[in-house]
Amino acid sequence: MLPSSRSEILHEPVAADVAPAEPGAMHDTRPARLADEPKALRECLKVDHLSLFYGEKQALFNVNMSIPEKRVTAFIGPSGCGKSTLLRCCNRLNELIDGVRIEGAIELQGQNIYAPGTDITNLRRRVGMVFQKPNPFPKSIYENVAYGLRLQGISNRRVLDRAVEQALRAAALWDEVRDRVHESALGLSGGQQQRLVIARAIAIEPEVLLLDEPASALDPISTLKIEELIYELKANYTIVIVTHNMQQAARVSDYTAFMYLGNLVEFGETKTLFTTPRQKQTEDYITGRYG
Amino acid sequence: MTVRAQFNQWVASGSPWVWFTAGAVSLSLVMVFGMIGLIAGNGLGHFWPARVAVIELDTAPATRLLGEIVDHESVAAARVKDSGAKVPEGATVVQRLLIKRGNRDFDEQDFVWINAPSIKHLDYPADVVAIERREWGNLYGRIRGINESGQAVSLDELPGRLQRALALREEMDRLEQHDIGEVNFLIERLRLREKIARKTGADKAPSQDFAAERAALQARYQTLADKLHALNEAIARDTLNFETITGQQRSIPMGKVMRVYAPNSLSVTEQVAHYLRKLREFITDQPREANTEGGVFPAIFGTVLLVLIMSIFVTPLGVIAAVYLREYARPGPVTSAIRIAVNNLAGVPSVVYGVFGFGFFVYLVGGSIDQMFFSDALPSPTFGTPGLLWSALTLTLLTVPVVIVATEEGLTRIPRAIREGSLALGATKAETLWRTVLPMATPAMMTGLILAVARAAGEVAPLMMVGVVKLAPALPLDGNFPYLHLDRKFMHLGFHIYDVGFQSPNVEAARPLVYSTALLLVFIIMSLNLAAIRLRNRLREKYNAAE
Repeated sequence: MLPSSRSEILHEPVAADVAPAEPGAMHDTRPARLADEPKALRECLKVDHLSLFYGEKQALFNVNMSIPEKRVTAFIGPSGCGKSTLLRCCNRLNELIDGVRIEGAIELQGQNIYAPGTDITNLRRRVGMVFQKPNPFPKSIYENVAYGLRLQGISNRRVLDRAVEQALRAAALWDEVRDRVHESALGLSGGQQQRLVIARAIAIEPEVLLLDEPASALDPISTLKIEELIYELKANYTIVIVTHNMQQAARVSDYTAFMYLGNLVEFGETKTLFTTPRQKQTEDYITGRYG
Repeated sequence: MTVRAQFNQWVASGSPWVWFTAGAVSLSLVMVFGMIGLIAGNGLGHFWPARVAVIELDTAPATRLLGEIVDHESVAAARVKDSGAKVPEGATVVQRLLIKRGNRDFDEQDFVWINAPSIKHLDYPADVVAIERREWGNLYGRIRGINESGQAVSLDELPGRLQRALALREEMDRLEQHDIGEVNFLIERLRLREKIARKTGADKAPSQDFAAERAALQARYQTLADKLHALNEAIARDTLNFETITGQQRSIPMGKVMRVYAPNSLSVTEQVAHYLRKLREFITDQPREANTEGGVFPAIFGTVLLVLIMSIFVTPLGVIAAVYLREYARPGPVTSAIRIAVNNLAGVPSVVYGVFGFGFFVYLVGGSIDQMFFSDALPSPTFGTPGLLWSALTLTLLTVPVVIVATEEGLTRIPRAIREGSLALGATKAETLWRTVLPMATPAMMTGLILAVARAAGEVAPLMMVGVVKLAPALPLDGNFPYLHLDRKFMHLGFHIYDVGFQSPNVEAARPLVYSTALLLVFIIMSLNLAAIRLRNRLREKYNAAE
């Protein structure tokens, strides 16, 4: 894909440089930028002065971040820090909750997804999501993967067959289920279900894949498979992953954002963030002093 | 350890609670099985061929009785003495027997109580027969001969001649109910069409067509009537010479006889065969003799059809209402109020629904429909009178709260993750609902339907106002277009029980049928429920929904 005029080339990144001593103290944070990557790294998602309120309670404080294309970005932080909330802002899934108010913007390929008149279903086709617990529909494996395609009105058997096989292959599940794609998806193991859900998400060829703690409900071997899958998928997709597991973040991600109490504390290259964090809070967290 | 301490320890161990709770369950089971057992015992025993006893009483003058002993009871001797009967010295209680004598048209009471002490002789002669008749109930006595057009023939020909009469009778029934019924239906339709044509002022030509058509139908009717007449004559050929135990003679037309058997000389296999035949007759036949004889097939049919039609109405209505309340309505005081109102609606006495159905459906809606679409048939109403449709709709109103509540609960239980998973794939809310949420909620809908069916199948009170009758001339489903006649009145097992038990001219004869019918009603409701439960379990398995 050719770089569009609006997508900016990122370089010389600096992490959020103000320590959030107290919530809401980050209002002058500049958009975080990225470290010594190849010059041609394009921005995919841009979080721009994003604040989110659940009723009166503020859950996100003026978050600014730039998520690069075809890289894995991890959100880490203690429970309740707003990382999942931020993730769900990227496909506007938070709007399902009553009383949610959002300020600021998120740009997907330069276009504000919160602009009035945005087609939400189209946005969600472009930004796929995988949830913490595997949530296959109570249908066959085939119908699960074909779900998104059928929603787009595709019913040609051959097209569907090909797309389903492709998605299952891409999710490294094809070899395990090729003989029983028409059996219920609920008969799969937890790890297989999670890969099925990933297959379901990538079957509609989104640009971004949001993973909300995708391995937290799985055993170590399934987790390993998911991580390998993430590694392979980043060739084609921009991946944003929320995780509790810092080792996982270190293993799979290229960039890491550390969040605390609704603030983005530090954002940078994973290597840098884990070895030489700029912020005291980040260091305390990754060394296990709290969280 | 003191007794008190032991007791406290026993209480603390929790076993009193186990006993207490298990006791409640046992009590419930005893009541349920006791009820079913009582109904089943009384209801199923009715079809067994009872032996017929000849009883001689030492009254003056000596009396001979012939009949089935159907019941007995103990009464205080003093009471019997007061009534003037003899009582043995020193006895405090006296056994009384209830004898079913049959022979209702011989100026006899067909049920009599006799005092056991006054029985001089009792035996079961092998040669007495019981004759089941189409009218007037059973005959007990002896057959003295068969006449063909007044000429005596051998008694051995009885089975063959009875078969012939039964076959003729069957043909006559078919002719009357099916063929002549159809012609009548067509004539009535023709009459209405003609009336419409006259009103709309059509020219002369069609009226000639009408006349020709009517003539054709009349001719067809005449042929059938002639055929029926011929059959009538054929069936009247044979008669049975019958003698009661007291020696009265009577000749019985063979066409009136259903079955002749010698109850005292039946082997066990014959008894079983007789039992099964009677049971089948009960389930598949029309009622006779003011519902005290014959079968209850129209009532079974009406009950099942009513429940099915109600299900067809109530399921979509309840589900759609539940979807709105749960998925679209903004939670708030208004929604809560509606929900409370719906829940309370389930507690309104059913007879109130009957009154409402009568006033609203029958008079208002039905009356308007008649005015608009069936004005030609007026003043005889088509839909402006109680009927199957209004009964089904009344029961729909009665049961829709149950379906709404159950469906709402099912919708609440669908995990958020499933909805979000669908929305995250770019589905709209409606698509999520139709493709994922509603299919997953089908077991809950089935639960609602099961409860609705269970309630509706047992309702009688509202139906009495909106469509049920003691004896319906025709089934609501037949071969005449439009096949399903929603405007017709129908019979219902629940009402049948009430009618047979309390409105019958012959209470003693009807009592066993009340039990049989009740058992059948319980059985049918259970079958309907089991069918629905099996369907639900299959759906649950499919959607793996933990409920």
